[in-house]
Amino acid sequence: MENKILYSVSGIFEDVNKLISAVKTVTDSGYTKFDVHSPYPIHGLPQAMKLKPSKLGWVTLVFGLSGALFAFLFMYWVNVIDYPLIVGGKPFYQLPAYVPVMFEVTVLSAAVFTVAWMLFIMFKFPNNSHPLIDTEYMRKVSVDKYGITIQASDPIFDLTRAKEFLQSLGASEVFEIYFRESNVKPKIFDKKFILFLGITSLIVSGVTYFILNHLLFMSPFNWMHEQFRLNPQSKLTFTKPETTNLTPVEGTVARGFLPYPYTDRPDLAEKNLINPLLPTEKTLKVGKEKYLTFCSPCHGNFGHGDSRLKGQFPNPPTLHSDKLRNMKDGGIYHIITVGQNIMPGYASQISSDERWAIVHYIRVLQRAINPKESDLK
Amino acid sequence: MRVIDYTIEPPVVEGNPSLSSINESIIKPLESKPTRGWYIAISISLTMLLIGAISLGVTLWKGVGVWGVNQPVGWGFDIVNFVFWVGIGHAGTLISAILFLLRQRWRTSIARFAEAMTIFAVMCAGLFPLIHTGRPWLDGYLLPYPNQHALWVNFTSPLLWDVFAVSTYFTVSLVFWYIGLIPDLATLRDRTTNKILKTIYSILSLGWRHSGRHWQHYEMAYLILAGFATPLVLSVHTIVSFDFAVSIMPGWHTTIFPPYFVAGAVFSGFAMVQNVLIIIRKVFRIEHIITLDTLEKMNKVMLATGMMVGYAYAMEFFIAWYSGNPIEQFVFLNRALGPYAWAYWTMVTCNVLFPQLFWFRKFRRSIPVMFIVAVFVNVGMWFERFVIVVTTLSRDYLPSSWGMYIPSIYDIGILIGSFGLFFTLIFLFIRTLPVVSIAEVKAVLNSSQPSHGGNH
Repeated sequence: MENKILYSVSGIFEDVNKLISAVKTVTDSGYTKFDVHSPYPIHGLPQAMKLKPSKLGWVTLVFGLSGALFAFLFMYWVNVIDYPLIVGGKPFYQLPAYVPVMFEVTVLSAAVFTVAWMLFIMFKFPNNSHPLIDTEYMRKVSVDKYGITIQASDPIFDLTRAKEFLQSLGASEVFEIYFRESNVKPKIFDKKFILFLGITSLIVSGVTYFILNHLLFMSPFNWMHEQFRLNPQSKLTFTKPETTNLTPVEGTVARGFLPYPYTDRPDLAEKNLINPLLPTEKTLKVGKEKYLTFCSPCHGNFGHGDSRLKGQFPNPPTLHSDKLRNMKDGGIYHIITVGQNIMPGYASQISSDERWAIVHYIRVLQRAINPKESDLK
Repeated sequence: MRVIDYTIEPPVVEGNPSLSSINESIIKPLESKPTRGWYIAISISLTMLLIGAISLGVTLWKGVGVWGVNQPVGWGFDIVNFVFWVGIGHAGTLISAILFLLRQRWRTSIARFAEAMTIFAVMCAGLFPLIHTGRPWLDGYLLPYPNQHALWVNFTSPLLWDVFAVSTYFTVSLVFWYIGLIPDLATLRDRTTNKILKTIYSILSLGWRHSGRHWQHYEMAYLILAGFATPLVLSVHTIVSFDFAVSIMPGWHTTIFPPYFVAGAVFSGFAMVQNVLIIIRKVFRIEHIITLDTLEKMNKVMLATGMMVGYAYAMEFFIAWYSGNPIEQFVFLNRALGPYAWAYWTMVTCNVLFPQLFWFRKFRRSIPVMFIVAVFVNVGMWFERFVIVVTTLSRDYLPSSWGMYIPSIYDIGILIGSFGLFFTLIFLFIRTLPVVSIAEVKAVLNSSQPSHGGNH
């Protein structure tokens, strides 16, 4: 085993007072890459090792303040800019109500980042392949002994001199500690380990997929679809007929839906019906809105019959034909109400007044395309 | 009369044992086969957990309609248990953080266990608001995350503060506990010969090597965490009390709630820690590490916080009278004389009367007496939350909307289940991890620190 690389020379000390004085001597004799190992923190050791005070507090300060700032800005953005929600008529920006969450986020970020910074950045953990771990030396210092380790990478290191030095300080045992094979050739490139990672990620992703896409949609997770209430048109057991849509009393007339007497008589409709509305701005606005919603999909936005649904139906005729321009309001009203050819009646979707408003709007369209002499002046 | 010299701090650990014998007595229970007592204990706790699981399963399947909650009492056992368990957790952080900052060395022997208890209690507590929502699989919406609904949580609601407070509390407690465990896990790693255990301990201890350069930062980190955990623990029950105090219900809308809740939390938490520790020190034969002196000090804390709670009970009545608000006055008279008077007087008896025994040194140092008193305190503190939640809701402003709350069998089942969860976790913990912080106890032994030349 002559190709092993030396990591350090480490001495075991039995007594804590002896250790402190030995540490002072090691520090004074110019070694810089040395470490002390003890089963618990010893008071005065950092001073004996001439270590600078820990700067960890600055990490805490920075991350704590960032946490507070982040929480404040985030809540401000949510409550004032992105999602202003009126609660009890209170202002959107209310600092006192932000304090609890700001405080919690400060504590959370300060605590978690301090520990993470210390473990992962300062200590460079996890580091289970460190040469000291799993040595006789480590097994002793983790119970009741103390140890001083002088690293071979120290500029003034010399194997025999360091060993004699530790013995002269009162070390009861001195160990030579070598790097292990795994320090040179990390185990993370082992086939076994890579296989393990692969299988783990496969299982984790599979389980996640199953939970998010299947498990969450199984009973009892019904996403509020099934509830103890009556759904529209579901079967009832305690009424006749057995549906939730109870039949209205005979002769009931819905508001705004008076019976239409001219269903089969378009001629009478054109003759007898007179538009009850005046073509005011308000009426035309309603008419435009309803026209665009219900009529324009087939008749086109300007009534040319240039349907957006072109090809799926036979195109409807243009609304600017002579026949329609000369038709009385009642005739157009009749067609909207009852339908014509393949056009269905819209009586159930558009109220009577709205239909009349549409008629007015159609007149506007017609006059816009084919203006009267008087309009052009 | 016995004269006590208060200038000399009594030793934390009795009999001045050697460092290696500390290792032996703390790690031994982890290496030996479980005793019959342990099997009996965990089978009882698992049975309780099973009862809870069944009750919870029925709740999930059928909905919260199986509980006793209804209008007007929409907050029943779920919220009572939540407040109770969060309170239990508080003692752990108090012992590990506040007493650390106050340099109370006697805390070292019980801090690890108390911290573990905090974590388990907060786990029990966290369960209740989650199932209280009725559809716990949608609880993700409690967190502010960018979602497809373009919807954010209401940051001005105390219920949302609760989400942040409890989750922060759990995370920070866990980190604090874990940081304390790292050196002990490394000690276990160096000691064990079992290959599987060694792998587990190696992963968990992250390669800790008891280095002096690390200890320096480690102690700083521990101090910082203790410094943050202290205001955190006060904030958590304060925010829990905001759930009540920020509302306008009579009996809830009071400024005394935050300090009153925190004192109550510490009170009940100490009672729970003391109860469990009495059993553990007996079973593990570590009476010399968790000493009678330590238990006596805990009883003193219970006496003090119990009196604070008693003061709060009295002050609530005084303020109700002093405010001149007839509805407020009615609520408190109703508590003492109304349909839930039995719960109120149970609470007063258990929380205020029984702890008075601790004025006497004889009772403070008697294991059976202190055990029974602490059990009563736990019962009393549970009833305190019951009284606060239920009496107010059942008798609010409008007599036409009054109603009684009767818990259903599922409510009781889930309460039993939460105790089952708590004790199961504790029993598993004492079998798997060192219940006393080995490194910390070693550091406070009389001979372990340098006797001269220290620059502290």
